[in-house]
Amino acid sequence: MISADLNIILPEILLAVFAMLGLLGAVYSSKDGLASPLLWATSAVFLAVAAWIGFTGEGVNIAFNGMFVDDAFSRFAKVAILVSAAAVLLMSEAYMSSRGILRFEYPVLVVLAVVGMMMMVSAGDLMALYMGLELQSLALYVVASLRRDSVKSTEAGLKYFVLGALSSGLLLYGASLVYGYAGTTLFSGIVQVAEEGVSLGLLFGLVFLMAGLAFKVSAVPFHMWTPDVYEGSPTPITAFFATAPKVAAMALFARVMHDAFGGAVADWQQIMALLSVLSMFLGAFAAIGQTNIKRLMAFSSIAHMGYALMGLAAGTVLGVQAMLVYMAIYVTMNVGTFAFILMMEKDGQPITDIGSLNMYAKREPTRALAMLVLLFSLAGVPPMLGFFGKLYVLRAAYEADLIWLAVAGVIASVIGAYYYLRIVFFMYFGEEPEEGLNGGKSVILSAMLLGSAAVMVFGIVNMFGVEGAAAMAAQTLVN
Amino acid sequence: METILLFAPLVGALLCGFGWRIFGEAAACWIATGLLFLSAILSWITFLTFDGTTESIQILRWIESGTLSTDWAIRLDRLTCIMLIVITTVSSLVHLYSFGYMAHDPQWKEGESYKPRFFAYLSFFTFTMLMLVTADNLVQMFFGWEGVGVASYLLIGFYYRKPTANAAAIKAFVVNRVGDFGFLLGIFSLYFLVDSIRLDDIFAAAPTLAETQLTFLWSEWNAANLIAFLLFIGAMGKSAQLFLHTWLPDAMEGPTPVSALIHAATMVTAGVFLVCRMSPLMEFAPEAMMFVTFIGATTAFFAATVGLVQTDIKRVIAYSTCSQLGYMFVAAGVGMYSAAMFHLLTHAFFKAMLFLGAGSVIHAMHHEQDMTNYGGLRKKIPYTFMAMMIGTLAITGVGIPVWILTLGEIPIGFAGFQSKDAIVESAYAAGTGYSFWMLVIAALFTSFYSWRLMFLTFYGEPRGDKHTHDHAHESPMTMLVPLGVLSLGAIFAGMVWYGSFFGHVDKVAKFYGIPYAEAGEDHSAIVTPRDKAAGKKDGEHHYVFAGEPGQGALYMAPDNTVLDDAHKVPYWVKTSPFAAMLLGFLTAYWFYIKNPSLPGRLAENQRPLYLFLKNKWYFDELYHYIFIVPAMWIGKQLWKKGDGKVIDGSINGVSMGLVPFITRLAGRAQSGYIFTYAFAMVIGIAVLITWMTLSGGAN
Repeated sequence: MISADLNIILPEILLAVFAMLGLLGAVYSSKDGLASPLLWATSAVFLAVAAWIGFTGEGVNIAFNGMFVDDAFSRFAKVAILVSAAAVLLMSEAYMSSRGILRFEYPVLVVLAVVGMMMMVSAGDLMALYMGLELQSLALYVVASLRRDSVKSTEAGLKYFVLGALSSGLLLYGASLVYGYAGTTLFSGIVQVAEEGVSLGLLFGLVFLMAGLAFKVSAVPFHMWTPDVYEGSPTPITAFFATAPKVAAMALFARVMHDAFGGAVADWQQIMALLSVLSMFLGAFAAIGQTNIKRLMAFSSIAHMGYALMGLAAGTVLGVQAMLVYMAIYVTMNVGTFAFILMMEKDGQPITDIGSLNMYAKREPTRALAMLVLLFSLAGVPPMLGFFGKLYVLRAAYEADLIWLAVAGVIASVIGAYYYLRIVFFMYFGEEPEEGLNGGKSVILSAMLLGSAAVMVFGIVNMFGVEGAAAMAAQTLVN
Repeated sequence: METILLFAPLVGALLCGFGWRIFGEAAACWIATGLLFLSAILSWITFLTFDGTTESIQILRWIESGTLSTDWAIRLDRLTCIMLIVITTVSSLVHLYSFGYMAHDPQWKEGESYKPRFFAYLSFFTFTMLMLVTADNLVQMFFGWEGVGVASYLLIGFYYRKPTANAAAIKAFVVNRVGDFGFLLGIFSLYFLVDSIRLDDIFAAAPTLAETQLTFLWSEWNAANLIAFLLFIGAMGKSAQLFLHTWLPDAMEGPTPVSALIHAATMVTAGVFLVCRMSPLMEFAPEAMMFVTFIGATTAFFAATVGLVQTDIKRVIAYSTCSQLGYMFVAAGVGMYSAAMFHLLTHAFFKAMLFLGAGSVIHAMHHEQDMTNYGGLRKKIPYTFMAMMIGTLAITGVGIPVWILTLGEIPIGFAGFQSKDAIVESAYAAGTGYSFWMLVIAALFTSFYSWRLMFLTFYGEPRGDKHTHDHAHESPMTMLVPLGVLSLGAIFAGMVWYGSFFGHVDKVAKFYGIPYAEAGEDHSAIVTPRDKAAGKKDGEHHYVFAGEPGQGALYMAPDNTVLDDAHKVPYWVKTSPFAAMLLGFLTAYWFYIKNPSLPGRLAENQRPLYLFLKNKWYFDELYHYIFIVPAMWIGKQLWKKGDGKVIDGSINGVSMGLVPFITRLAGRAQSGYIFTYAFAMVIGIAVLITWMTLSGGAN
């Protein structure tokens, strides 16, 4: 029995063992000298595990009496998490080593965070959920303040930690209420109780649970940490925050809502819709005032989470599918955009001011064009892939009779288009700056940027099969 | 072959328009012209070898949407064949003519390239016109219909540095849009009722349409009548019939070859073609046909009166065109589609020639267009004079009255003689006294203004700038050859095809591929010499049309005996156009040769009438106050108030006031203090809990 269970969570175990071995190996050898090889190895392992999960996994496998679920949904999320984490790690190498912050703990912590995320998306029980969530969060708190000598970085880590603790408290309180009223922590048990009618206590538990999860996806009004942490953390870490953890948290959100409260869609739909509409609008409005591109991307990700939540709010198969497709597109776009941001430097110093992009197209026409494609895609301009992501969630909302939400989404995207297009404006029509950006000749980053832009253009053909996989994943989750 | 002749002009237009930088200017123009001559030769072969059975040649599948399923196809029948030869012949000759006429255009500076553009437009026009006449369904026809509109717009505004040319181009386009809207409504209602836009389906459904009621503009209409009426609105726009005619005289702003091709021979006859093409429907719409007759007759009269006093040589011919189109519509309106097509064919030849001749005069006179500055040119430009004379003889309808001499059963005379008489006789035979008299009076006026044009231009003393007269010169061969070819048509076209268009029922039916049957009884009351001759030849048989709608190129109902009746009208009717022509000639002779001061005195004495005619019955002024002024006012209101204040204002308000305000608010909330953030979270959860408690979740 136990061996069958272990077999199911073999990828997670493998990654955990890899993390520990890496830690031990580095500590007992040249420490930071080993950071670079370890980082490469980690990426390779991520990709290998992603391929393994993606190609060999099939069916629904339940381990540890339902605490751990391995199904098409979790596999979709895991592949997305692993691939995006690998991509971000690859992007970090040059940036971090040139600034002397490439420490061997970094890849190790990322591996641990990824293991936590994989636990999250496979959670079939409130305790498993919490375990995964904390493993991920604790690793991320540390990574955020990786640059110990920087006030901003440590401040970011501390803020994240304190607010994260608060959200964990909310989540735990919700979990205990749910347990109290449902009599079980297993999702499969909760769903049975909830189907008979959601009592007020269970409803309170649900709200607290959702508040905790909303913090992780940085949905308004639990988003306040996002801009500060994004700005303060070293840029590669920000890129990481913006990608894999978001997918994991979103997938976990979907899992809890459908596995544990699948019979009470009407109860949580309103909250979800409220979170969605608030996020979309706040993200759109607040980003307009930003001059720092990392803060801008923070608000952008808040807005994007609003759209993903719109898919969840639909509470249907199509909704979950739309959310998954949206997240896949979102992650791809963000990898490209952050690759671009990582290349923004002047005389070896990272620059995050949007003004520095004035007339960038003149100096770097190819990169500017790729960025233009990405920004158009982020803004949801057809025929870029980002448009189809938005179209998907809007359709899901529309078909779930949340027409007001879909309309709000369209309005918010119009407002949001402004700040993306402003960057394009700077790049192509801005004034000539006294001194423009220079440097940033990394091959990997350029490849990531161009590749991501190419996906945005050519992906419209068939989305590289993501659509079908997402449909299958959504089918297994919602039934 | 049909496909080649259809697309050769398009290829020519593309090669010439886009490729002239590669081939060079002259070569590009010759390519376009050469391809058009190819097209013309193929058209003649098609016409001469055509056996009268309708064919459909599919080029590609076009629209598939629901029940709308349409091919892009050529419908080849007699009607198409006639149009093919008219279009390609005139067009190729106009291409050739343009080499001379456009050689040194004073509108352009030295070294500026404008000729390839001109030739490309001409070829493009020809292609769209061919698309129009070969259409197998109404949408395809509408494509051609709009295509010629565009080409016409481009060519009228060819001298784009002239504000008047631009204004004329826009006017032509806008007025045509009014008609096009009617055409579109007609297509819509046909599709609505028949569920198909293919001509064959529509023709087959015509009898049922006549018994269908359709609600349009809050009232019930007979479907056939309504649709025929709407289609005719489209035809009115294209063919410059009364109320929608105002664009045609202004269109003379374009270069003269354009006027010859588009505004005399081809595009303006598209309306006539449409009515003939839709004859199976028209036959079931008697009220609409009465309207067609009425408008046609009135236009013929109106345009002829205006033509009496114009002094611009091209405008005189333009009004003449307008008037002749009225004749064609009368013929179509009384059910004599073949006579309408007959006049269309002959008119294309002599009117194109008149325009090209006028162009030759203008060319000789260094782009002077006012006839009051001409005079005595017959010695200076003898060939042009001869061509113009033939054209004038043709348009005024000079010939030998049938009771004096005929050639077998064919009357002897210039092309216009046969076709115009055919129309006048049909109008009488159909019992429409109004249209008959209007046409006869119009014939009188036609004769007068045509001869007036001739006398003012070629006779008398030279007037105007002496220097210009001294340098008047005959046009080059490229311009004279087309005149020669067209003059052949102007002389012989009528006699050659008289039998086919206006002969006996069996001949006409054979020509158009319409089934016919022997008439039950001989109901001839008046037997003319011609009938006697014909009677012998046909072996004492009389025939009636017996086709179903859609069989053959035209449809004439079995009870449509106008053709037969027209042959049996009294002699005075047959002679009336001749008499009118003679009277007009004599008056013009008296006014402009014998007593040249008379016209001026008459204009003084009858000042109000003169001004009324000179100002074209004040249509332009009327339209200005009825349509343009209110439209400008509404436009200005919408622009200044609607767009400027409301839309711009609210957008500016939102984007420059509201959005930055919210952005500042959001920025301020992001204080950087952890307690603010925690506070926001707590407030958030409190709000959510309160809301859920109050609403009680789903319960």
